[in-house]
Amino acid sequence: MEPVIRVENLVKRYATRGLGRRVEAFTAVDSVSFSILPGSTLALVGESGSGKSSVALCLSCLERVTAGQIWFEGRDLSALQEQELRSVRPKLQLVFQDPANSLNARWTVGEIVAEPLLVQRRISKRERDARAAQVLEQVGLGADYLERRPRELSGGQRQRVAIARALVLEPRLLILDEVLSALDCSIQAQIANLLVEMQRAYGLAYLFITHDLGMAAHLADEIAVMSQGKIVEQGPAAKILRDARSPEVRSLLGASPVPREAMEGVREL
Amino acid sequence: MRFVLRRLGHAAFLLVGVSVLAFFFSTLAPGNYFDEMRLNPQISAEQLSALRAEYQVDRPMAVRYVRWAGAVLQGDLGFSFAYDTPVAPLLWTRARNTLLLTGTATLLVWMLALPLGVWSAERLGRPVDVALSWATAVLLIIPDLALALGLLVLVVRSGWLPTGGMVSVGFDTFSVVHKLQDVALHMVLPVTVLVASALPVLLRHVRAAVAEALQAPFLRAAEGHGISRRRLLYRYVLPAAAHPLIALFGFSIGTLLSGSLLVEVVMSWPGLGPFLLEAILARDLYVVIGGVLLSTLFLVAGNFAADLLLYWADPRIRAETTGR
Amino acid sequence: MRRILEVRDLRVAYARRDGGVWHALNGASFGVGAGEILAVLGESGSGKSTLAAALLRLLPQNGRITSGEILLEGADIVRMDALELRRVRGSGVSIIFQEPSLALHPTIRIGEQIGEVLRAHQALSKRRRGERAREILAKVFAGDIERIFSSYPHELSRGQQQRVLIAQAIACEPALVVADEPTASLDPITQREILALFKQLRDELGIAFIFITHNPALLAGFADRLLVLYAGKVAEVGPTEAVLSSPRHPYTQALLKCVPQIEGGEVLAPKTLLPVIAGAAPSMAVLSQGCGFEPRCEERMELCQIREPAAAMLDNRHEVSCLKYPA
Repeated sequence: MEPVIRVENLVKRYATRGLGRRVEAFTAVDSVSFSILPGSTLALVGESGSGKSSVALCLSCLERVTAGQIWFEGRDLSALQEQELRSVRPKLQLVFQDPANSLNARWTVGEIVAEPLLVQRRISKRERDARAAQVLEQVGLGADYLERRPRELSGGQRQRVAIARALVLEPRLLILDEVLSALDCSIQAQIANLLVEMQRAYGLAYLFITHDLGMAAHLADEIAVMSQGKIVEQGPAAKILRDARSPEVRSLLGASPVPREAMEGVREL
Repeated sequence: MRFVLRRLGHAAFLLVGVSVLAFFFSTLAPGNYFDEMRLNPQISAEQLSALRAEYQVDRPMAVRYVRWAGAVLQGDLGFSFAYDTPVAPLLWTRARNTLLLTGTATLLVWMLALPLGVWSAERLGRPVDVALSWATAVLLIIPDLALALGLLVLVVRSGWLPTGGMVSVGFDTFSVVHKLQDVALHMVLPVTVLVASALPVLLRHVRAAVAEALQAPFLRAAEGHGISRRRLLYRYVLPAAAHPLIALFGFSIGTLLSGSLLVEVVMSWPGLGPFLLEAILARDLYVVIGGVLLSTLFLVAGNFAADLLLYWADPRIRAETTGR
Repeated sequence: MRRILEVRDLRVAYARRDGGVWHALNGASFGVGAGEILAVLGESGSGKSTLAAALLRLLPQNGRITSGEILLEGADIVRMDALELRRVRGSGVSIIFQEPSLALHPTIRIGEQIGEVLRAHQALSKRRRGERAREILAKVFAGDIERIFSSYPHELSRGQQQRVLIAQAIACEPALVVADEPTASLDPITQREILALFKQLRDELGIAFIFITHNPALLAGFADRLLVLYAGKVAEVGPTEAVLSSPRHPYTQALLKCVPQIEGGEVLAPKTLLPVIAGAAPSMAVLSQGCGFEPRCEERMELCQIREPAAAMLDNRHEVSCLKYPA
């Protein structure tokens, strides 16, 4: 099977401004490669500063790549101009961590979800609204949410709206950047279930970025562990957990949810 | 230090730019001082052309500018056609009178606005604060001119205070104490108008800045440590509220020379405003440019002072500018 | 164990702008022993942040403690006057708020900010204050004390800022420190470091901690006792191991099931649907008559709608408030 997306030797460097003279380069992503099959999930795990969010920004073309290729539907995204990217963007959507900030507080939910349709400029207002209602229902929110505003919603509901907005253009790949981290436990479970259901129903591929190894292990087919811009371990989820080879995985395991471990005499802090 | 030098550089650049523009526009204005004289039958054409040659009005503008700029740098602001004396001392006496007025007014405004602003910010939304807001709104709406004239009328009718000017007749014969008293009495009216017009705006800003600082999370955290209200106010709230106010303070300094024109004219206060107005009407070139330059100097100095204060007061700005 | 904090039937309500009332705490009762680490587990709307603020009477303008007692070593905080309250804050009990970058004054150096706490409660010379502040910083930071002492908050990382908040909280060696989600905005590795720091401070200085969180993952091996808060009341409380391994309250059981289980390096049931708690967090605008969890409870009985459950002691100081367990 052809992968939905194939990343080859991706490099991202940021230039930090010195006062006019020194321009230091910071390598956020240092030659990263992976691919994602349709209908499957790759979890990108690492602590903050490991470069995972930079990968998300590069893949969604919100940042320009310094080197490397991103093969999506037969084309190299890193080589495309802004105009050409327009036709690609609908298929590759990004959902952020903080629902409070990624939704425009002045718009209604209906307007927020329909916004991508506006940009693509394809259909009439009535069709837009109908599509918005349809996709809201898919994420578990009824039509009565169309007129509500973000501030009236809970964290979980806002995240559902963000996901709905990402789904409205029928993407093939969703990049989920720490979408569960800000939510309560029981709500995390709900949204995780929603993601699993969406994947089963529509064959979506996910790049699930997180620092929560437990949730990553639960949702992903494959896990790639990042540290300081590089991938240090990569492979099927179960194998990564079982072998726990690299120190990064071991420390993340120590930091991950395991209430049951209380029974088994616990790890040292 | 680099920051200071950079700011000084900006200031100097601004001053030069303003002087060029002022010079340019003044000479662009149709006519010059001597045109008026042509109408005077008592001055012959030869005398006129001699005067013109003496004052070099017919040389090209660029040349005149360079000569003038060179002179300014040596402290010589040129010569007044109308008064036939150097410009600098003329400006200086007038400026001093203006500063007396505006300096006092500015001091009073800040001394009133700060405590009142803090006081009403602490009682935000409560009846006393609302009442104060209404009072300042009313004051804001009344035009300065109406206020000035109104007070003048009141004073004329009642005779409590002198009605205009800076000194009474026979000033030179007064004792020192009497002199001070006399000037002070003359100042009451114009200062009142100046304070009344500036206070509402500043008060609102102080109130807003303090109110915002009072909402800050770090204040709640500090309260949680058991720090007294008083200490919280002085050490935590005021410094946090200071930043928007520092910019305003710079502006206050900046308008020390230029903000009181209307009041000076209406109340016949012998300040810089009326003097410059006169000079403009008479096409007294060097007085006008000198005055503009002086005002700009204050404006620039005010901004510069604000920049320096802000740099000193906020370590985050320091970090930004040194690229840490 | 000697109890230093005793909270009895604490009720807190907020007055809303539309005239309504939000009942944040509805009769919370619990105790904390000297040197104990009590974890308070609750999700949004459970009242956990209200509880933290109420313990120091730092509620916002529209919040009020409507009834109940907060006995800190015998003295009732609810009834203290302004002066006693100011004295007890910071020296009897301190609080660490959630967002470290916001809880520190942006233009005052770290050393001074710690000095301010000392100043409020101890009469020390300026020099002595500086020395003491450095000593305190040395307790929470491994090294680099001088640099941190003269830094401004924006020059420190989030984890470092959080340590400074902790330093401020322990400065006057209070008997109890309340930490409101202190690790929420930190990454897992730093979170673990901060937890280790709490334990260390408890061991060295004998300070008790109330650690408020919504993340059950952090608690194993860290907290002595675990209290589960739901709808402004205590659902269950007991030794951490007991509550985590054999939760009795239906909410606790459901909550713990929500978290993906990793057992011995294996993932249980990957990519299946996690068991979720039906319904949503209750609206606290209306006080329910019976049990707050009843609408979402899978084991609800008719009685649960009418009668409020009282705390039933199970064993080993493990209490649960559920009608399944008669008091």
